[in-house]
Amino acid sequence: MLITCPYCGPRDVIEFTYQGDGNRERPDPASQNFEAWNAYVYDRLNPAGDHNEIWQHSGGCRAHLRVVRNTLTHEISSVAFVRGDHGSAARRKAEDKP
Amino acid sequence: MSPRRTDTGGRIDRLKTIRFTFDGVAYTGHAGDTLASALLAKGVTLFGRSFKYHRPRGLLTAGVEEPNALVTVLKGEVREPNIPATMVEIHDGLVAISQNRFPSLAWDVNAVNQLGGKILSAGFYYKTFMGPVIGPLKGTRFWMFCEHFIRRAAGLGSAGSAKDPARYERMNAFCDVLVVGSGPAGLMAAKAAADQGARVMLADLEPRFGGSTNWSGETIDGAPAAEWARRTVTQLQGRDNVRLLPRTTVWGYYDNNTLAALERVSDHKEQPAKGEPRHRYWAIRARSVVLATGAFERPLVFPGNDRPGVMLAHAAERYVNEFGVLSGERIALFTNNDSAYRAAVALKKAGAAIVAIADVRSELSAEMRKLATEAEAEVLAGHAVVATEGGKAVSGIKVQRFDMLTGALTGDERSIHADCLLMSGGWSPTIHLASQAGAKAEWNAARQAFLPPKPTQQWPTQQWIGAGAFTGSFSTAEAIAEGRAAGLAAAGGTSTPAALPTVEALPGDPDPAPVFEIRAKGKSFVDFQHDVTAEDVRLAHREGFVSVEHLKRYTTLGMATDQGKSSNVPGLAIMAEALSKPIPEVGTTRFRPPFAPVSIGSLAAERFGDLKPERLTPMHDWHLANGATMYSAGLWYRPMIYGLSGETIEQAYVREAKATRESAGIVDVSTLGKIAVQGPDAATFLDRVYTNMFSTLAVGKARYGLMLREDGFAFDDGTTWRLGEQDFLMTTTTANAGKVMQHLEYFLDVIWPELKVHVTSVTDEWAGAAIGGPKARQILAACVTDTAVDNATLPFMGIVRGEIAGVPVMICRLSFSGEMAFEVYSGAGHGTHVWEALIETGKPFGLVTYGLEALGTMRIEKGHVTGAEIDGRTTARDLHLDWMLSKKKPFIGSAMMDREGLIASDRLELVGLIALDNRPLNGGAHIVEALDEANPHGSIGHITACCYSPALGKHIALALVEGGKARHGTRAHVSDPLRNRFGPVEIVSNHFYDPEGTRMHG
Repeated sequence: MLITCPYCGPRDVIEFTYQGDGNRERPDPASQNFEAWNAYVYDRLNPAGDHNEIWQHSGGCRAHLRVVRNTLTHEISSVAFVRGDHGSAARRKAEDKP
Repeated sequence: MSPRRTDTGGRIDRLKTIRFTFDGVAYTGHAGDTLASALLAKGVTLFGRSFKYHRPRGLLTAGVEEPNALVTVLKGEVREPNIPATMVEIHDGLVAISQNRFPSLAWDVNAVNQLGGKILSAGFYYKTFMGPVIGPLKGTRFWMFCEHFIRRAAGLGSAGSAKDPARYERMNAFCDVLVVGSGPAGLMAAKAAADQGARVMLADLEPRFGGSTNWSGETIDGAPAAEWARRTVTQLQGRDNVRLLPRTTVWGYYDNNTLAALERVSDHKEQPAKGEPRHRYWAIRARSVVLATGAFERPLVFPGNDRPGVMLAHAAERYVNEFGVLSGERIALFTNNDSAYRAAVALKKAGAAIVAIADVRSELSAEMRKLATEAEAEVLAGHAVVATEGGKAVSGIKVQRFDMLTGALTGDERSIHADCLLMSGGWSPTIHLASQAGAKAEWNAARQAFLPPKPTQQWPTQQWIGAGAFTGSFSTAEAIAEGRAAGLAAAGGTSTPAALPTVEALPGDPDPAPVFEIRAKGKSFVDFQHDVTAEDVRLAHREGFVSVEHLKRYTTLGMATDQGKSSNVPGLAIMAEALSKPIPEVGTTRFRPPFAPVSIGSLAAERFGDLKPERLTPMHDWHLANGATMYSAGLWYRPMIYGLSGETIEQAYVREAKATRESAGIVDVSTLGKIAVQGPDAATFLDRVYTNMFSTLAVGKARYGLMLREDGFAFDDGTTWRLGEQDFLMTTTTANAGKVMQHLEYFLDVIWPELKVHVTSVTDEWAGAAIGGPKARQILAACVTDTAVDNATLPFMGIVRGEIAGVPVMICRLSFSGEMAFEVYSGAGHGTHVWEALIETGKPFGLVTYGLEALGTMRIEKGHVTGAEIDGRTTARDLHLDWMLSKKKPFIGSAMMDREGLIASDRLELVGLIALDNRPLNGGAHIVEALDEANPHGSIGHITACCYSPALGKHIALALVEGGKARHGTRAHVSDPLRNRFGPVEIVSNHFYDPEGTRMHG
């Protein structure tokens, strides 16, 4: 399986680490809603078809990618940085420097 | 009469003699021989004993599909079992032995199993060892007792236990076109694709390229076909865009045209070249793939078809044309198709007498009759072989008139004297790789074979293109045309008419008669390797097994190491007949990887042996030079002890730990994970990551921190140093460094992208030395410049910067040993320099170096936790670290850590144990309340770490025990039946030594 990292280009799946279902939403950190936390920690979608997944390019640029993969065919229809502005100039403004 | 070497012909080099042994007997062969051809040339026909009945077996084939002639190859102490003799290239010093026989191949006591054939039929295991044992053996383990002997009697070769010293490697490769198979189709495809400028890889499992050209006896472009192949290979060899891989079995076809192949690099050599691996595992990513994998000839199923001397027709043709070995002097043939006639002609030419050709078909073409005449063979049209005669070798056959339509045998049996019987039951394309790639095979009634479907170029169907016999086109002329077209298409070129090499071949109809079995009295084998007979298949049907998948499992048809390469279609045909259904309705099983057995070593490759990557600390060479015994921890190597001569491991660590507590000790801690956490939001981030507060930590101070996972369990611990307002240095345990880094990156990238924090792994940037003991401060004071190290300047958990021997260092006062201790960090390149300076300074103070064993001992005495206790199942409370759980802020894991099950009172909690019998304890031993050595049960926990404590003078341990704290002061027992260690222990607090911490606080 090849994943096309937006930063590094098409790379073999062995360079990536699967980081789970990309549909989970982390509850507000202060939330005591146990159901929501339980769903976040344990519930995973398991669709037969397109699945929204998080992969880290751990053997490359180490960015986390949002990958839409068809679980039946392994076809990957989209890959994007999870952090929308990853690698862009926006993150590295001069005033951010310590 | 017996098989023999011919005077001329074949690929072998008669001038080069090779010496080898088989079953302890010395033989000679020639360069180019396989073990099979060399032994056959010496008249050996008995190669093995069958799986279940221990029947004598000889060579059935000449290639990778061989089910019978499996041998074990010995290299020193290392044994590799179950290799087809047909795939072993002989070399000087080769040692091979036969399998599954006792005491010898010729005299095998288990051959009595043949007499019990009725009992040992399909489903024997399922039927026999069911239900309770009755009679006088009731209540005993009688079934288990039987199993021991049956398992020993039934089987293939046995694996060895010696460590394999061979080197294995893995190679990643990319190409535009991968061509699998180098027969006429594969060669043409490779050439056509290479001519288009494509990067081409050509793999063949044989040592010699050319496939059928090596033995077909045909002519291409006026030259012997083998000559044409050689010329084509030479052309390919000279090209930069072509890589040739002989001895390379492509065994797996995975997603996105990723293929796995095994190259047997040096099995055929007496000694591999320096650095040369034994096997190389290729992971090939190909834009497109040409499958030119040819076809396997099928045996016919009739009584006695497994007797040594019964062989596939093309195999005999191969032995004579490729190796110059005649498989017999008086040869009979039995066929349902035209291809056997070519073999008859070839064998006649080489000097054998062809005594008869029995053909199930009553109507034969004039061309075949002509070939038979050429072979001077008696043609028995409309006849079948109903028996073979002889003991461990064929001495004759019996034939009878046969009606193809009804399967009826009529007339008298006629005996024919022959020392070799060749059979041909038609051909099955080698569709394994296409099947792995998801293609559903289609039954072709004319060819009586499963053919690969025409590939659709749609996702997810792989981009393979078939050519030659693989597609059911069995003639060389077709293979050449299809090969060229496939090569062009695979390289993205357009097919243009071109002059193709011209082929001169004997005529022949590719379609066989639909006959698979001759039903006569006696054992007729379908699966030679697993000893499955036609009657077994019918028995399975009678017992209600309808699905082909069930049939496979019940009879074990096709489940041996050859994966049914020769037995699949005949087995299916017999099942179809029993079900009165056409073959395509019975279905075929899907082929899975691997196509042929793969060495485990090649899959492990660089993860073992001398290619395994290592991580060495900056002081590694110093440790080796100073007597350290190294210990591998993950990829790291760390000193275990610095033993003095004559010391045991225990004596060494006890001495090291004692000296540290009495004066001072120093240990290399460079392997600790180190992560720079920097940025305006670094403190906020650490507050969320750790259970305790870090935003309140003053610059120049360090704090011990604990991390949980999202599910509330403990994850990792370590100290984090605040070097500046926005600059932290986090340390992690050695084992979890990578995991913690990934954890931090995930939260920064996915959960909290708004935090302005950057994390950088700096593990390899820093060398670390921990120096501890009552005299540690004096030693530092004597060598550190540019800063004081007194209590006011460097309090507990304080950090100072200074210099040692002219090198800048960072010193943090923290303690793992429980003594007054300091961690001294310097740039990795200066590590040994600083280390040596510390040791030199420490000499007059009695400073010792200590290793992991003493480190572990002192931490057990202090009751500190490591990965053995933070094992993914323990919570902060279980480890008595609840004081670190901040109530002022949420943190990762805070929402889940108070779940009912995680705060229950019967959880396993960290405790200390003291052995009351004063004997060593074992890690992993269970703790029980009441001892019952005969029936160990009732575990209340287990030991996580243990040592002899020099400080206490006792054998102690840390353990996780139900109820934990509540049991302090009570007695329990260790129960370790595997190591036969039982005995009383006292449960105490995990803080054995200096629980108030007066020593480290000074």
